[in-house]
Amino acid sequence: MKENATTAYQHGLVNCHDCHLLIKIPHAHADLLCPRCGAHLHPRKPNSLARTWALVCAAIILYIPANVLPMTITTALGTKQADTIISGVIYFMQSGSWEIALVIFIASVLVPFVKLCILIFLVLSVRFRSAWRPKDRTTLYRLTELVGRWSMVDIYVVTILVALVKLGAIATIEAGPAAVYFASVVVMTMFAAESFDPRLIWDVIEEDI
Amino acid sequence: MTFPRDPELPQAAANDVPRLDSATVATEFSGPSRQTIAACPDCDLLNSLPENPHVTMLCGRCGAVLYRHHPNSIDRSLSLTLAALVLFLLSNSFPFLAMKSGGLVQETTLLTGIRELWKQELQGLAILVMLTCVLVPLAQMLGLLYILLPLKLGLRPAFGAARVFRLVQEVAPWGMMEVFMMGILVALVKLGHMATIVPGISVFSFGALIFVMAAAFSCLDPQLLWDRLDLRR
Repeated sequence: MKENATTAYQHGLVNCHDCHLLIKIPHAHADLLCPRCGAHLHPRKPNSLARTWALVCAAIILYIPANVLPMTITTALGTKQADTIISGVIYFMQSGSWEIALVIFIASVLVPFVKLCILIFLVLSVRFRSAWRPKDRTTLYRLTELVGRWSMVDIYVVTILVALVKLGAIATIEAGPAAVYFASVVVMTMFAAESFDPRLIWDVIEEDI
Repeated sequence: MTFPRDPELPQAAANDVPRLDSATVATEFSGPSRQTIAACPDCDLLNSLPENPHVTMLCGRCGAVLYRHHPNSIDRSLSLTLAALVLFLLSNSFPFLAMKSGGLVQETTLLTGIRELWKQELQGLAILVMLTCVLVPLAQMLGLLYILLPLKLGLRPAFGAARVFRLVQEVAPWGMMEVFMMGILVALVKLGHMATIVPGISVFSFGALIFVMAAAFSCLDPQLLWDRLDLRR
């Protein structure tokens, strides 16, 4: 134990991820359960950086078909029209409902993109042992956890449209292949944010002092 | 060793990041009593919890909320959870949108939308929507009820309540009813040009449900619940 230890880790304590009970266990011990809530105990989330990287890479790959392939296929009076996420946004801008265009653009394009950028930045900053504004980086992490869910808006819109627009020969809407890819992007980024451990940001600074 | 600290932070730790010595930490672990120190979940710094329970306590280093006072937490969360269950039943049994075009009327409930996705060979998507909008919120409500009712009635905690509470907290990011509500609003405007859209009972109960659910969770006092559910003593 260090002389002026400040973190739980340096005191040989483990903070339960789920119920935040402080437990004294030897660091080498693997696979212990929290006596209060039964969660697995780890001083840090296991393999945090590797898992986050893997999920971020998967999300980046899925992000391409999600944006290139059509999200909805509208059949109206015999003519078929396939819309990708971006063409949907452009259509709304041109048809005058810019509020909807803005909501879809922020939720489906901006949020996943920014979230991926932030996660890459956080992982790299820990990897290269950056000491740059750790508090702001922690806030950034909390932000990604909070806003990621809103990307699901487009998936829900498609669900509702598919269920609602079934007017036989007049008009039908089908979900396109991009819907599946896009949903996977959202799920992957949510798991990626969950597997990143913000305490690593502080750990590398403590170790370097 | 110093950390850049924000002097405006309201907590006691602002003048001194508490450097808890091993003696303090050792006495803390003499038995399972109410914790007086807590490690920050975001940066692992050890903070002493305040003597006065009526304050909000932030981590001295990264600003995460470590402790917040929740007055009357069990009563409030329990009543809000019951209200949420009623609203949930309403939301799932009535159509949320109806579309009129010519003589055709097409109504949709949450479940028919999911069934339609399933029919179109998009089973994965159907399961995802089912989980995030129906099953996870329902599980959260039932879980809270299971934990809170025995506590309210003064009985001993229900079997496995600590485990249930852990699951309720773990699935929380996957409950996305408020995002679904946003989806309904977007679909409403999107179809507005095509046909007449009539919002149903469900839209309103769903809207209310989101706020009631959020309130139920923000009234919850995890610290208090963990103390009460702790069966080690």
